[in-house]
Amino acid sequence: MEAAAAGRQRALLRQVLGWRLAAAVAWSGLLLPVCTAAFVLLSGIQPLRPLRWLSDSFDDLYTSHVIFCILLMSVVVLVISVFNVEFYAVVPSIPCSRLALIGKIIHPQQVIHSVAHAIMGMLVAWCAAVMTKGRFQFLAVPCTISESLNDAVPQMCLNEYHLFFLLSGAFMGYCYSLLYLINNMNYLAFPIIQQYKYLRFRRSLPLLVKHSCVESLYSVRNFCVAYYFFGYIPKMWISTTMDLRIDSKLHPLDTLSGLLDLSLFYHVWLCGVFLLVTWYIAWLFFKIYATETHHFPVQPTFAEETDQCLPKILNSNPPLIIKFLALQDLMLLSQYSPVRRQEVFSLSQPGGHPHNWTAISRECLSLLTDLTQRLIAQQEAAAANGRAKQQVGEMKVSPQTPGAVVAEDIPFQLQRSDIGSPFSSPALNCKAGILDLSSPWHGSVQSPLVMRRGPKLWTSGSGLQMNGSHRESFPVLSVARVGSEAVQPSFIYTWLQNKQEQIKNFLSRRVLIMYFFSKHPEASIQAVFSDAQMHIWALEGLSHLVAASFTEDQFGVVQTTLPAILNTLLTLQEVVDRHFKLPHVSSKPPRSSGSLVDTSYKTLRFALRASLKTALYRITTVFGEHLNAVQVSTEHKKRLQQFLEYKE
Amino acid sequence: MLGPPPPPPPPPPPTQRWARDHPPPSLPPQSVFGTPRRPSEGRYDPLPLFPQNRAWTAPPPPIHPPKVLCGTPSPPHSPPPPPSKQNLPPLPALTLPEDGLKGPGRPESGAQPFLHHREALWKRVLCAWRDGGLRGLLKEIVSAEEEGLQWAKTALSCVVTACRWLSSLHGSLLPHLSVRCKALRGPFCAGGRNGAGRAIRAFAWHPHTSKFAVALLDDSVRVYNSSSATIPSLKHRLQRNVAAVAWKPLCASILAVACQSCVLVWHLDPTSLSTRPSSGCAQVLSYPGHSPVTSLAWAPSGKLLLSASPVDTAMLVWDVSTENCVQLQWFGGGGVTFLAWSPDGSKVLAATPSAVFKVWEAQMWTCEKWPTIKGRCQTGCWSPDGSRLLFTVLGESVIYSLSFSEYRGDMQGQVGGSKTASIVADLSETTFETPYGEERVGGAVQSMAWDPTGERLAVIIRGQNPRTAGTQTVVAVFRTRNSPVFELLPCGFLRGEQSAEPQLIAFHPCFQKGALLTVCWSTGTISHIPFFFLSTHVPYGSPGRSPAVVTASSSVREQPLFSEL
Repeated sequence: MEAAAAGRQRALLRQVLGWRLAAAVAWSGLLLPVCTAAFVLLSGIQPLRPLRWLSDSFDDLYTSHVIFCILLMSVVVLVISVFNVEFYAVVPSIPCSRLALIGKIIHPQQVIHSVAHAIMGMLVAWCAAVMTKGRFQFLAVPCTISESLNDAVPQMCLNEYHLFFLLSGAFMGYCYSLLYLINNMNYLAFPIIQQYKYLRFRRSLPLLVKHSCVESLYSVRNFCVAYYFFGYIPKMWISTTMDLRIDSKLHPLDTLSGLLDLSLFYHVWLCGVFLLVTWYIAWLFFKIYATETHHFPVQPTFAEETDQCLPKILNSNPPLIIKFLALQDLMLLSQYSPVRRQEVFSLSQPGGHPHNWTAISRECLSLLTDLTQRLIAQQEAAAANGRAKQQVGEMKVSPQTPGAVVAEDIPFQLQRSDIGSPFSSPALNCKAGILDLSSPWHGSVQSPLVMRRGPKLWTSGSGLQMNGSHRESFPVLSVARVGSEAVQPSFIYTWLQNKQEQIKNFLSRRVLIMYFFSKHPEASIQAVFSDAQMHIWALEGLSHLVAASFTEDQFGVVQTTLPAILNTLLTLQEVVDRHFKLPHVSSKPPRSSGSLVDTSYKTLRFALRASLKTALYRITTVFGEHLNAVQVSTEHKKRLQQFLEYKE
Repeated sequence: MLGPPPPPPPPPPPTQRWARDHPPPSLPPQSVFGTPRRPSEGRYDPLPLFPQNRAWTAPPPPIHPPKVLCGTPSPPHSPPPPPSKQNLPPLPALTLPEDGLKGPGRPESGAQPFLHHREALWKRVLCAWRDGGLRGLLKEIVSAEEEGLQWAKTALSCVVTACRWLSSLHGSLLPHLSVRCKALRGPFCAGGRNGAGRAIRAFAWHPHTSKFAVALLDDSVRVYNSSSATIPSLKHRLQRNVAAVAWKPLCASILAVACQSCVLVWHLDPTSLSTRPSSGCAQVLSYPGHSPVTSLAWAPSGKLLLSASPVDTAMLVWDVSTENCVQLQWFGGGGVTFLAWSPDGSKVLAATPSAVFKVWEAQMWTCEKWPTIKGRCQTGCWSPDGSRLLFTVLGESVIYSLSFSEYRGDMQGQVGGSKTASIVADLSETTFETPYGEERVGGAVQSMAWDPTGERLAVIIRGQNPRTAGTQTVVAVFRTRNSPVFELLPCGFLRGEQSAEPQLIAFHPCFQKGALLTVCWSTGTISHIPFFFLSTHVPYGSPGRSPAVVTASSSVREQPLFSEL
């Protein structure tokens, strides 16, 4: 059963994405000769003799080694594309602390990625060296070693320029891989407007070239520095293993004067640009093709299509990319296509059940509810920040061993005086948590930020527990835990707890450890909203469908779910509002750089907030006073009234 | 030729008028068709069109508006007309005279009024570089009076000359780039020809509530709300040369302001009582090379914002919440001078400074190009269902209509416009005999507004030749119907007080009892003119309609109403 489902999903993935990937690879392969021609043209530049330069370049284009290089490069591009396909993600993984980032870099998967890219980079550099010709072409060159004037023997020497080229290629490949990881370039950002693929490519091309030029410049600079210090190692190694001599007449490159060679610098830079442009083009095509909309049928016309129709896909658990594409399609159909909306509102033929609408709305609502719960859990964690656990220990421990615990508990004590007792009602608890967070300064001299972060060193376990728990169930759970522990206060337990606190305290004072462990608040917020694109589409799709149902829904299928939808949206709205009031949460998106690197995942939460509000307004504007007849709780009714009066 | 109604003698700010003495004109649709049309004739019987118009003209002629409206600015907005009879929402009709406002605050060098003092050369050069970039730096050095720099000055003056020559060459190749900012401000702002000397730069109604934003000469934006006395005044360091304001649809209070160098998006709290929202409430959307921004358009779904500049060939599509933007580039024709998003959200009109305009389809963002014969497209407006575009061309006094096939999402990437545009109204200059003397009305259309029900069209007609006496700028109001066939019938004229010219017009987006036209006059007065009517969105063939109408109108498609060219 499991295997069958997995097989079906793989088939679906292949069906939806297969041809797209093939087309992306084909296009990047087709653009290779163009890039190569440009490279040959630029590498042989002779500004003083333009005609000669042009004729030479065009002659070069037809030579066998250029054609061989193009073939080799197509293999490289194919490998790069395979890596793109293997490593893409629709939900970016955001390292929350520096240690996590380092962990990502030395992760075996990433190491393979880097090594493969370094090798590919070397291959590209070899091609570039061969096509550049001149002194760069061969690794071994004939030279005459003349110890004394009379016995000049022709011998093979190491061509250091060629070696420099190859190493720089490997370095750039590695840099590409590293930046690919750090900049989350495997993240597939969906475009804000639909455009034809050609237009998208044309729009990104100038950016791509500019980005490659700049990136290549930095890489070459860094490589020069590295070669200056460590260049002798590979040189010696190559010359000993391949039994090549080092031409003493030539100037060695790992010296300051050797590196100040403008022509060498230009050619290496050009080689870097060539490498990055071809690779980025492959990446760009993959991105454009993978994020293109896919048309999922709402109602299957044939029985074998049932697996591919929209409600079915939304309700099954497909690969994330398919789910994203399905939600995107839902958003588009709800906005632009009356015919397909009609299919959503239609009743099943025998039986007359609104299966399509039920499936779609259920999935959207469950997505939104999930997000609500996740946000609540995160807020609880931020408000309590290990306090749930601490209160327990606190109750028992503090009378016995004040010592170390008291020192860091100053802010918590103040909070507790607000709360009264840990057994207070969850609403009050929650409120108090927010109250004290909005004014985080409790007279303690140390920054509250550090204080709050301190215990975070390893509270991840309890954090995980909270993640799963529901809002209502969470306080119950913690109360239950308190109760069970109150019954059997084990001495070992308290001792362990005590030690743990002491170690935590000790470690949190060490600067270096904090440097690696400290969570970047912005990053952890980004991580919470990393898959918010799904929720944005669900919101837009749902609200457009509901708004359209006012006139288009003949059977009233939407009416039955309207209270649930309003409830979900209003609850989410409340929680999102509360989230943006937390400290450390900037209320404005960071400036987007407008470069090739897509940072849109950093701003998803703002998009979510805006589209949530718009979705609510879309429904209230269309339904107007009729919403008073919908059954929602009084609190939500009040909120709806504010939306109806445009006061939100 | 303009035919029908005798222009009512200058109806002074009509808010006062109708509120004071008579019920506002209600226009039953059948009365229009009392006389059969004779399209062959150049001129029509002007009389029986609007019985209620006579009611307008009944009170003694030119009443100059009372002091409350355009006198002293002491009450920032006059008490609205007593809403007892019509139970209208109280709308602030206000006057913002120009002399009350300081001119645009330009950063002037503080040294000017004081003693002449020359700073060291390097200081001046640094200043020049900061203010005018490289070009300013070169100019400063060339004009320096110090000795000892002779050779440098000669060399640099050669460079400056070469630069000038090159830029003139560049300008002749790409004409839109040579249009300088000052020249742009006048013609391409919504307000029309004389950019200088008008207190109100831009005006926008909130799409859902009785609230509007006014951009003033001193680059502040004020927000007036019918239900609250607080008037927030928005000021920002970057808010210079405001050319357009636009409210975000499906939102309580987000206002986009087109400025010299950027688009500012103000997030106002509708419940706040503050009159000076801090500049922290404003999002700055800027893009290199995209300035000055002169036109804005929000998608009716509230998701995207379009901004355009006459100098930049690319139009930007903003996702405001994340500040991401996508460039919509096209080549040829220069920048964009006018933007209008159709109310159904499917299409966007973008006019260029050259004799071509484009209609974008807003799903896949492809466009159709429409060359005009004479000049650039001056203004345009969409019918509520987005199936018809009315536009005017600079230098012609006619209104064109362009119909589009009904929008369905399945035809991706097609705009679906008809082959040619047809002329629906000729507004060339005409003379009317009125009881108060001869009136001359007609000329080029400066701007147009179509009310949200699609039943009234307001047009600012500017006299072709401002020097000839008698021709003046008026607002002509037409009655329109879009389905089953397009009809456009004259309804009346609006004229301000003696020296007041209408600058901006806009319809209230959600006026329940008909249509509410807001006119911003050149004196700084803002007045509201309601039109009360029952929307003809009634079942076809209901008793309210005479059968004669149906036959008469269905016989001809897109009749030119007044005359045929």
